[in-house]
Amino acid sequence: MRQVSYFHAFSIVLKRDLQIAFRHRGDIFNPLMFFVMVVTLFPLGIGPEPNTLTRIAPGIIWVAALLSAMLSLERLFKSDFADGSLEQMMLSPQPLALLALAKVLAHWLVTGLPLILIAPLLAVMLHLDSGAYGALMATLLVGTPTLSLIGAIGVALTVGLPKGGVLLSLLILPLYIPVLIFATGAIDAASMNLNFGGHLAILAAILIGALVVAPVAISASLRVSTN
Amino acid sequence: MWKWLHPYAQPERAYNLAGSLFPWFAILATLLITIGTVWGLGFAPVDYQQGNSYRIIFLHVPAASMSMSAYMAMAVCAFIGLVWQIKLADMAAAAIAPIGAVLTAVALLTGAAWGKPMWGTWWVWDARLTSELVLLFLYLGVIALYASFEDKVMAAKAAGILAIVGVINLPIIKYSVDWWNTLHQPNAITVGKSNNMPPEMLIPLLCNIFGFAMMIGALSILRFRAEVLARNSMRPWVRALVAKENNA
Repeated sequence: MRQVSYFHAFSIVLKRDLQIAFRHRGDIFNPLMFFVMVVTLFPLGIGPEPNTLTRIAPGIIWVAALLSAMLSLERLFKSDFADGSLEQMMLSPQPLALLALAKVLAHWLVTGLPLILIAPLLAVMLHLDSGAYGALMATLLVGTPTLSLIGAIGVALTVGLPKGGVLLSLLILPLYIPVLIFATGAIDAASMNLNFGGHLAILAAILIGALVVAPVAISASLRVSTN
Repeated sequence: MWKWLHPYAQPERAYNLAGSLFPWFAILATLLITIGTVWGLGFAPVDYQQGNSYRIIFLHVPAASMSMSAYMAMAVCAFIGLVWQIKLADMAAAAIAPIGAVLTAVALLTGAAWGKPMWGTWWVWDARLTSELVLLFLYLGVIALYASFEDKVMAAKAAGILAIVGVINLPIIKYSVDWWNTLHQPNAITVGKSNNMPPEMLIPLLCNIFGFAMMIGALSILRFRAEVLARNSMRPWVRALVAKENNA
């Protein structure tokens, strides 16, 4: 039997997940719609005063991004768990951490990337400071993969439970807080024309740390919660 | 070398050992907390800056520092349970979680009560307060995850992974006052450094810190024993125990 190389296995899972997502377009658009709607609710609730909106725009966009990431994450392992393909992945000779990483990457490409693309549009609607667009895009680019990685641990822990949705938010939102703090800190600094490199470096450090540790934790959690 | 440890991986032995350790922890806890609290609240000198309201330190600092220690203990137990597959360690982790959550809540509440006269507000979004709040959320997440599985063996493993991931928060809390310029005052006591605290204040504070540690030990033992009994309720030794209890 021919041995499948790690890279090959990784790309097969990635391709498969992307294909599934493209065939169910709702998976891509629903979290995005959710993101747009949550952002829309804030000006309606707080009032359309531009100065206030400018002040709180980074926070609104980032909180909405957190919520929509969490909402979309729930489906990450659910259907694979239901139809048994998750078990096949566990039985395969390739390490589960690698395959899980491919799934997380696919999830980020499908939900994180569109969110980054639409964020500047929402920033215009919220009167974000013109100097802060670069920081907004940079923090989203570095921060959202971390959200997918950390969130996947929580999803893996709750995949075997019949109703894990509310529990999932309880598990992973506390872990999202550092990302939120440094991302909005960077955008605030940029809107005051300060250097935001330090914040961005910490976000990148969190991403690299999560990239190393999260796949192992995800595979351990999957083995625990599905046995 | 580890041979003497093995028998204690057996539930009955561990149950009995915990039972014989309990009085020591309980007595020490009562003694130390009584001394520390009475001394601290009644006899320690008044602070020249903060007046009498500083006295809540004798509850606030022990609760806060022990809330972190309890989390660490829980995570270590969970790690042992995951790596060496020792079920008793999982049970210990499950036993510690609610105690730590309550201590964290106590630390936050006493902190709020102290903040009101000193800072003029119950709550500020300062790094240490926020990270302590996150610690409370982590505890609640571990407890909720543990409660949501029917199979407690699986529940303990899942909650254990979450507990280990959450350890990342501990250094953030510990060093938040050094890393960020915050409203929260810096650590009053540091191990291995000359302290700027007079001994009449330091000794009752240390009494209470160790007293709280002993209290966590005692409460964990109580919960641990209950957990062992609940999970082994079908074993002959538990039945014999119950029969003896009923005859007496």
